[in-house]
Amino acid sequence: MSILSTRKAEKIDSLAEGGTSLAMDALRRTFRSPVAILGLVIVGLFVILAIISPFIAPKDPYRPYPELKAELTPSNIPGPMPGFLLGSDQNGYDFFSRLLVGAQQTLFVGVFATLIGVAVGMIIGGLAGAFGGWVDSVLMRLTDIMLSIPSLLLAISIAALLPGSQWTVIIAVAMIGVPVFARLLRGAMIAQRSSDHVLAATALGVKRKTIVFRHMLPNSIGPVIVQATLTLATAIIDAAALSFLGLGDSDWRRAEWGLMLGNAQELLSVKPSLAFFPAIAIIIVALGFTLLGESMRESLDPKNRR
Amino acid sequence: MLRFTVRRLLQAVPTLFVLSILVFAWLRMLPGGPATALLGDKATPERVAAMNAVLGLDDPIVVQYFRFLGRTLTGDFGNSLITGDPVMEEVSWAFPATLELSVAAMFLAVLFGIPMGYIAARFRGRFLDNATVITTLVGVAVPVFFLGFLLKYIFTQEMSLLPPSGRHDVLIDATRVTGIATLDGLLTGEFDATWDAMLHLILPSVALASIPFAVIVRITRASVLDVQGEDFVRTADSKGLTTQIVRKRHVLRNALLPVSTTIGLQTGLLMSGAVLTEKVFAWGGLGTLLEQAIQQRDYPRLQGLILLFAVVFVLVNLLVDISYAIIDPRVRVR
Repeated sequence: MSILSTRKAEKIDSLAEGGTSLAMDALRRTFRSPVAILGLVIVGLFVILAIISPFIAPKDPYRPYPELKAELTPSNIPGPMPGFLLGSDQNGYDFFSRLLVGAQQTLFVGVFATLIGVAVGMIIGGLAGAFGGWVDSVLMRLTDIMLSIPSLLLAISIAALLPGSQWTVIIAVAMIGVPVFARLLRGAMIAQRSSDHVLAATALGVKRKTIVFRHMLPNSIGPVIVQATLTLATAIIDAAALSFLGLGDSDWRRAEWGLMLGNAQELLSVKPSLAFFPAIAIIIVALGFTLLGESMRESLDPKNRR
Repeated sequence: MLRFTVRRLLQAVPTLFVLSILVFAWLRMLPGGPATALLGDKATPERVAAMNAVLGLDDPIVVQYFRFLGRTLTGDFGNSLITGDPVMEEVSWAFPATLELSVAAMFLAVLFGIPMGYIAARFRGRFLDNATVITTLVGVAVPVFFLGFLLKYIFTQEMSLLPPSGRHDVLIDATRVTGIATLDGLLTGEFDATWDAMLHLILPSVALASIPFAVIVRITRASVLDVQGEDFVRTADSKGLTTQIVRKRHVLRNALLPVSTTIGLQTGLLMSGAVLTEKVFAWGGLGTLLEQAIQQRDYPRLQGLILLFAVVFVLVNLLVDISYAIIDPRVRVR
């Protein structure tokens, strides 16, 4: 085929694509941008690491090693030595293995905090958006109040109620997201309610339940997915902040980056890498989720649609 | 304008009302109930019973709530378990420190954020723009307290340029007037104290400024890009106004509207960040009080602080809404 006819074929193809959904369109646009690909690569590597890390960790991250313990004093934490790539942590455990396995626990906290936030938020926002009226008013007042407490303080006040465990951190961090997701879904659904296709479905006599689940929800889900991606980043950071304030997981042995960073704060002058490596890991992962979320948001914006 | 202000004020009342119910419920949900929470874990059963009587926990719940509300409205949050001092007194003593830190951070964020966002928008898609966008994305991803550590590590431990923590050098004998350290020195003529306080302020305020800075840059950039494409900008251009006038009078002025709202909304983030920053730099403000309260499970103080933070946040948002209505008359009608 000549260049000209290839061009023509492409043009026709692109015309045919005019009928694709906004979601497909956005997805394609997302992965045209290098920023999105970078985000996706970071997130992908992180997830793979989280899955395989228990198998590739050179040492057991959950037991002290005598060779490390031998040299461990309050003012000296052993650095790299044969067999221990990054040396010891403050308890004589292998720091490198803990750093690797930390990916798993960190992903666990981030994903569950986000999922719970999304689930509760979507129930609230979905009810408000589907019913409107007084249900809407009451639920939205509730989210306004949750939004009126600075996010970290909301997490702190919930964490203070519960015993210090990993699930406490997850629930406390999840609550930060609840009002955001509720408002987001409600806004999107209200926009849907007055749209032409919902009006058409109503006129055809489709049941309200079907309209909500078949027409309104699927069309409102885009912004929620974007926000969830961005929330994953902040959830990991907020969990670290709770640990830093002493409201984190009381199981100090658990290898989770936020917890490791929080517990290393007193040891900056002894072995700064104990804080720096978990922090850098958190920053890279948070950046990955942010890049991915931001580029998805940008491409979902109809203004950028060509 | 007055009608808008009054209406907006009235809207804040139910929010604060429900908030008070939630805090009341929260205090009752604390492990061991309010009496144990107030007395501490080691309280004997007799003392708990006595405290229950004092608190009137045998009364109907509605009566209890209104008693709580009455106390809260008169500024009585009880006594701190750590120091035994009234929470209100502690809070008003520590408040100026947090105010100073937050204002300094916000000042830095606005001072650098708006120009950077504007420049990024003018050079859209070019290197400068991409660099700015990446910087702000990284800025959001770095935990505030880690940035604090990093700054402290570089500028005090490695370079010994700036003081590591606190608000004053131990050798400086500063007189307290307002509690805002940099201002006090100016008021009393102790300029060395002001200079010292400013040196202490640099690192914490830079750390705290990182997140509002990133957000302000991005909002300014997006907003300038939006306004640049508006019809009135094209009209201004085509009627022969100089580029400078168009940018200053038409683009920038309109672009700053959403930025002003964002600055208000950042207050909540700033408060969360202040708690963390104050811990890193042993600042001695509300964040330090809060951190101690968490460590010691000092519930009266915790409750007072959470209420205070929430009220400040609601009030700041109120002020932002009102100022927004002054800037943009269209808001008033809605």
